[in-house]
Amino acid sequence: MPILALTGISVHIGSLPILAGIDLELAAGETIGLAGPNGSGKTSLLMVMATLSRPTSGSGVVLGEPLDQPSIRKVRPQIGLSAHDPGLYPELTLKQNLRLFATLIGRSQEQADSMLRQVGLEAARDRRADQSSNGMQRRVDLARLLLLEPMLLLLDEAHAGLDSHSEMLVDELVARNRSRGGAGVVVSHDHARLRERTDRIIILDAGRVAV
Amino acid sequence: MSRFWTHASAIARRDLTIEGRSGEVLSVVLPFAAVAVFVVPLSIDTLFVDLRSLAFPVYWLVSLLFGMQVALRQTGTETINQRRQLALAGVDPLSRFVGRSLAAAALIFSVTLFTLPMVILFYDPEPKPPLAATVVVILTFATGLSLLSTLAGDVTVGLRTRSALAPLIVAPLAVPLIIGGSRATEELARGRSSLTWIGLLIIVDLALAMVAVLAARPMEEATL
Repeated sequence: MPILALTGISVHIGSLPILAGIDLELAAGETIGLAGPNGSGKTSLLMVMATLSRPTSGSGVVLGEPLDQPSIRKVRPQIGLSAHDPGLYPELTLKQNLRLFATLIGRSQEQADSMLRQVGLEAARDRRADQSSNGMQRRVDLARLLLLEPMLLLLDEAHAGLDSHSEMLVDELVARNRSRGGAGVVVSHDHARLRERTDRIIILDAGRVAV
Repeated sequence: MSRFWTHASAIARRDLTIEGRSGEVLSVVLPFAAVAVFVVPLSIDTLFVDLRSLAFPVYWLVSLLFGMQVALRQTGTETINQRRQLALAGVDPLSRFVGRSLAAAALIFSVTLFTLPMVILFYDPEPKPPLAATVVVILTFATGLSLLSTLAGDVTVGLRTRSALAPLIVAPLAVPLIIGGSRATEELARGRSSLTWIGLLIIVDLALAMVAVLAARPMEEATL
């Protein structure tokens, strides 16, 4: 059974079509790249895959649960999403942000602290999120995904604003996810990286699959 | 501890830690509540109006207005991405609601309790209500106001008019809370039973909790 299967997914905001008739299947252990110009619907498609946005029409199954059923909430903890804005709490420190997430997903505080070290934030752990650079915040996001070990990994421009060490961590995350049998979707403008790190590339244009 | 309560307490701790860092309640709401208590006598002619008769109405009005400020404070508002991360972490919307309400109730209770001695000192109501019973009234009031404000905050999340709309929803619906609180304190001060009014507060709290149980999940799905 595929980890994700979308059939004829369309999303409209008012009368404006954002996605039109997207068909997509993602098998276990498969990682795909998603590319396309700005406004082509990449993030909207990722939100549908993350079960956070209801399609206007079409159907889908994510991790065995139909998208339009309330039971879809059950599979959300198996989905790891790295969005443009990591959604950290600005007043909390990087450590507190990660520890909070660890508590919510049932991991220990020690695991959170260890992950913070792995992503190279040991020295900055007591820095407030709003006083940390974008790259540091993205690294906390990365640490969250490493802690979570999701079955469906969704990365929206996860390499953006990262130094080479953090970029390597993202690549490692994708590789580790694939070897565990999880599926992944990597959104990027960097076609070379997508060709190198993913099994196939889908290009979106004006809400439709172009290639 | 069940997963539900682990999540609720983590969310409540999060909100209280954020408040501890931002100091929005301590440095903004509390001083203004104190000013409001002291300003009322300056705006009336104390030769004709007995300040003592105003003590409890002023107290409950200040509690309502500043309690709302506390519950709807800017730093207590979650962004859409924070809400999404919580949903993906498997946090039940009701558990999230309970956690946020618990933190808001603790803060409203603190502000309301803080203004009580100021009202007693400045307005000198006679006779004074017994402290223990008054604390019970304040607790049930704070619980109701926090539930109501958290609901209003969730209904208006993401709206540009949120800061104006949420208090407009809360204020009229909080009328039973202010009547219950005010009448309960009056009865206590007169040495009479206030059970009817405390009962009203508890019934309102339970009704709001019921609405939250029914609405938390659909509300979250609609606003993710």
